[in-house]
Amino acid sequence: MSNLPSSAKCVVIGAGIVGNSVAYHLARLGWTDIVQIDKGPLPNPGGSTGHASNFIFLVDHTKEMAELTLDSVRQYEEFGTFTKCGGIEVARTPERMQELTRRITSGKSWGVEGMSLLTPDQVKDMVPFIDETVILGGFYTEGVGVVDSLRMGTIMREKAVEMGALQSFANVEVDDLTVVDGRITAVVTDQGTINCEYAVIACGCWSRQIAAMAGAEIPLTPAVHQMKDIGTVPMFADAKGDIEYPIVRDMDTNMYERQHGTGLEIGSYAHRPMLYDAEDIPSNAEAALSPTEFPFTPDDFAEQDEYALELMPDIVGDETIGEKYAINGILSLTPDGMPILGETPEVKGLWAASAVWVKEGPGVGRAIAEWMILGEPEIDVHASDVARFYPQQTTTKHIKDRTAEGFNKTYGIVHPAEQWSSNREVRISPYFEREKALGAVFYETVMWERPFWYDSNAGLLEKYGDAVMPRVAEWDSRWWSPIINAEHLQMRETAGIVDLTAFALFDITGPGALATVQRVCMRQMDVAVGKVIYTPVLSPGGGFKSDLTVMRLGDDHYRVVTGGAHGMSDLKWFKDNAAPEATFTDLTEAMSTIGLWGPHARAILASVTDADVSNEGFGFGTCRDITIAGQTVLASRISYVGDLGWEIYVPMSEGLAVWDALWAAGQDHGLIPVGIGVYGTTGRLEKGYRAYGAELESEYTIIEAGMSPKKIKDADFIGKQAHLRQRDEPVATVMCLLTVDDHTSSTGEKRYMLGKEPILTKDGGPITDAHGRRSYVTSAGAGPSVGKHILMSYLPAEYAAPGTHLLVEYLGEQYPVTVEGSGAVFDAANDRILA
Amino acid sequence: MNVAVCIKRVPLSPGRWSLTPDATAIDTSGSAMGWTLSPHEECATEAAVQLIEADGGEVTAFSLGTADSTEQIRELMAVGVSRGVLLETGADEWDPQATAAALASAIRDDATTYDMVIVGTESADTSGYQVGVRIAHALGWPIVTNVKGLSVTGGVARCERVVGTDREVYEVSLPAVIAVKDGVNIPRYPSVPGRIKARKKPIDTVAPTATPARLEKIRLALPPQETGTATVLGTGPEAAPRVVEVLKEIGVLT
Repeated sequence: MSNLPSSAKCVVIGAGIVGNSVAYHLARLGWTDIVQIDKGPLPNPGGSTGHASNFIFLVDHTKEMAELTLDSVRQYEEFGTFTKCGGIEVARTPERMQELTRRITSGKSWGVEGMSLLTPDQVKDMVPFIDETVILGGFYTEGVGVVDSLRMGTIMREKAVEMGALQSFANVEVDDLTVVDGRITAVVTDQGTINCEYAVIACGCWSRQIAAMAGAEIPLTPAVHQMKDIGTVPMFADAKGDIEYPIVRDMDTNMYERQHGTGLEIGSYAHRPMLYDAEDIPSNAEAALSPTEFPFTPDDFAEQDEYALELMPDIVGDETIGEKYAINGILSLTPDGMPILGETPEVKGLWAASAVWVKEGPGVGRAIAEWMILGEPEIDVHASDVARFYPQQTTTKHIKDRTAEGFNKTYGIVHPAEQWSSNREVRISPYFEREKALGAVFYETVMWERPFWYDSNAGLLEKYGDAVMPRVAEWDSRWWSPIINAEHLQMRETAGIVDLTAFALFDITGPGALATVQRVCMRQMDVAVGKVIYTPVLSPGGGFKSDLTVMRLGDDHYRVVTGGAHGMSDLKWFKDNAAPEATFTDLTEAMSTIGLWGPHARAILASVTDADVSNEGFGFGTCRDITIAGQTVLASRISYVGDLGWEIYVPMSEGLAVWDALWAAGQDHGLIPVGIGVYGTTGRLEKGYRAYGAELESEYTIIEAGMSPKKIKDADFIGKQAHLRQRDEPVATVMCLLTVDDHTSSTGEKRYMLGKEPILTKDGGPITDAHGRRSYVTSAGAGPSVGKHILMSYLPAEYAAPGTHLLVEYLGEQYPVTVEGSGAVFDAANDRILA
Repeated sequence: MNVAVCIKRVPLSPGRWSLTPDATAIDTSGSAMGWTLSPHEECATEAAVQLIEADGGEVTAFSLGTADSTEQIRELMAVGVSRGVLLETGADEWDPQATAAALASAIRDDATTYDMVIVGTESADTSGYQVGVRIAHALGWPIVTNVKGLSVTGGVARCERVVGTDREVYEVSLPAVIAVKDGVNIPRYPSVPGRIKARKKPIDTVAPTATPARLEKIRLALPPQETGTATVLGTGPEAAPRVVEVLKEIGVLT
């Protein structure tokens, strides 16, 4: 039996690539007294790391994933476990060729070097065993490579042990996690109990089950991906290394082929989703092979054999080369494809550390350790935050539906606005039936169905003609409608009603309420009752943690309204930093929000309420209870779309009555239903309003975002010291609005950027700020009222002057753009909002 | 020369085995459960394929079981079986007598005349050791069991058996039934072209006639789990002497 310590500062559960990385980085950052356990033997405890294909492609359309990957590569290189071999994504279809140009633009946005498009002959030169006649071209990334993830883990453990910080124990099984008063206090194992302040669940496909022991949720599922190794390949017989040829991803068939020593490994993400219950994964003692290597099911690989034969006939067609090793290898999939990281909202001190792939494993480990010790990771990982999930997203049904749907998108061409089709209509607002009747096209946000535009407004297209900026290219107009722009123009003329039920709302009450909001929010919160404050929330390092609206409803009563996507993370942040005697009430499921904006908004509201809603009687930035249709609602005069109006908060059960009253009253005032296409994109872009997760993230400061208040409040708040320091430093980059000067492509088509494209100098060179950050389009969309396509991007000062001419790269072509400045391009004086 | 092989689809657990609540069958409901055929039958097929590669002819795989058994027939088609005959049954298990009777009659009635039937000595799940012998009896052919070496010359099969430390050699005139054991050969890996061809090969389905079962299964019991313990002998080069010692103790090194 092992001599397991009876206590530790931190117990890291799991010795795969993530667990080892977490342990190493915790030690590197100064923690000692770390204990790592795994139920399997070392160095390969039998999880997914042990059978991973171990290759890393650098480009991902998601910035967060790309940054974690690039950081991981740096770490693998540092420890000598990375072999660079290059990688080629090949295209068999024109659609894929377009996608490859998009991948290059994403790579440029995130700072990936050494990328190029290849002709079929150029691919053949690098991969002589490919049949170049079946492909149209390829996308080469020089920095692609293969890692030794097991060796990497061993080195990381050894380093942490050398630092005197870590003890690792193999073959120790977790039986329970002890939680007292909402805090982890011990990890109970089959070889004794370890009392601890912190525990990190780095258990890969077993993470959900381990978290459940503490009553926490890590929503992921074991699934398999098929791979086979064929050999011995005669032309590889003299191979000296693990990898000497570039790795090929046959994107259109969801497959990859890579030389692996003297063999060729063929892998597939094309097969039907095969999901498993973690309970069915055998223990190490019971497993025939590794516990996560399941029997190969050849029927599921039938088409893939044919495709592999097509692409590499000289090797795959050789009857003397046998299938020596073939498995259905277990990996863990998450419902949205992103990692699951951070302290669990349910249990203090209990951290989730679930990467999806080996490519981001070390980066995830570093991020977790920085988050635990320094309070925030250098890389903004908000899209991976374990706190992002609502209860509707942690159900087994949701996990299975979405992972099954997402699996075949692994190599897919996924449009940035693409919607999920499974497990829909889970959260519906009180107005859902009304919206359906109006032909609403629904998009989903954290399980809410939200109208993106309304077909009932199609008649406006004729009215506004070319002002709706119609798009002809299929890609640009996929998941889009010119009706959005028509709704925008009509709202600016009359008024629109917007369903904002997806908002997250929570109340903070009690003697500690003021101290809590003062500590968390940057703006002055000690304001008169009835004031509405839009405020940044800073991270400890002075970056953006969130931006949200806070209403003071009483001396000891504040209400926070924030975006649905990030609402649960915000709630956790407030709770984590709450002053004593502050009580939280989550109203998200109880309250619905209706937006009413446009020049006629006041007339409409006045016709359904006795309250004084004149500018004098209901000023901008104030809120109070009013009565609509006999229902008491909270109305708040703010605007995210650039027009006069209110957000109206109403209990779910009473919402429909209020909606119907507004709708009826609006008929005489030209009221139309307006979708999120206007609210989230066109309305805010014209006003230059930044959005969390796009412009606003912890990697950029509030100064860079151009949102720094002139005066900083006296009260202390999180991030204050960092912010004051930043105010004295040179500004590396500044948020700007740009407009596109000419949309015409080389084929004469008008093209419209969708976001995440690189902004380039007039010569087509990358723009990099003093901290090494590339300039890229954080948001893109139409500005129908100004007749321009608007882009937002951080730009270093030398490029930020209004009138500066730059380029944007979109799908392989470059288009001229002009810097407009950092503020609004529409109604800069805010006359409309303040009317 | 035409050779028939008889194979059976059997469950393959990646880990633990469990029984149905009434303990009359292996529980195959777990999401991780896979299916395979017994190692002896892979060897039987390899032996048959080697014979026809040398002498010409075809190998046909016969299997009695559910429609899913085609998966195992295809597996063998990828390594050289030309044709399959599925004796399709429902989910109920057939006893060895009924299985053998149905297989023997399918082999006898088949359009192809067979010179030899090769079976594995026993299946991986029930280990009855009966089907091969009963097929031979039904066909009226001789059988050699537990064969660990096989060659055919001039219509005579030369079969080697291992008995204790000795070897027995039998010569039997064809047609005959040969029951081989794991180790008679090393089955080849399927190639990708083999897999692709396999998917296009014909499988005939016939409806077998069930004879009343005379074997009654009362219940199954799981064998006790083996509990092995691992001892770490040391790490790095320092461990080498102790490793050598242990290898000597267990007779690997002398």
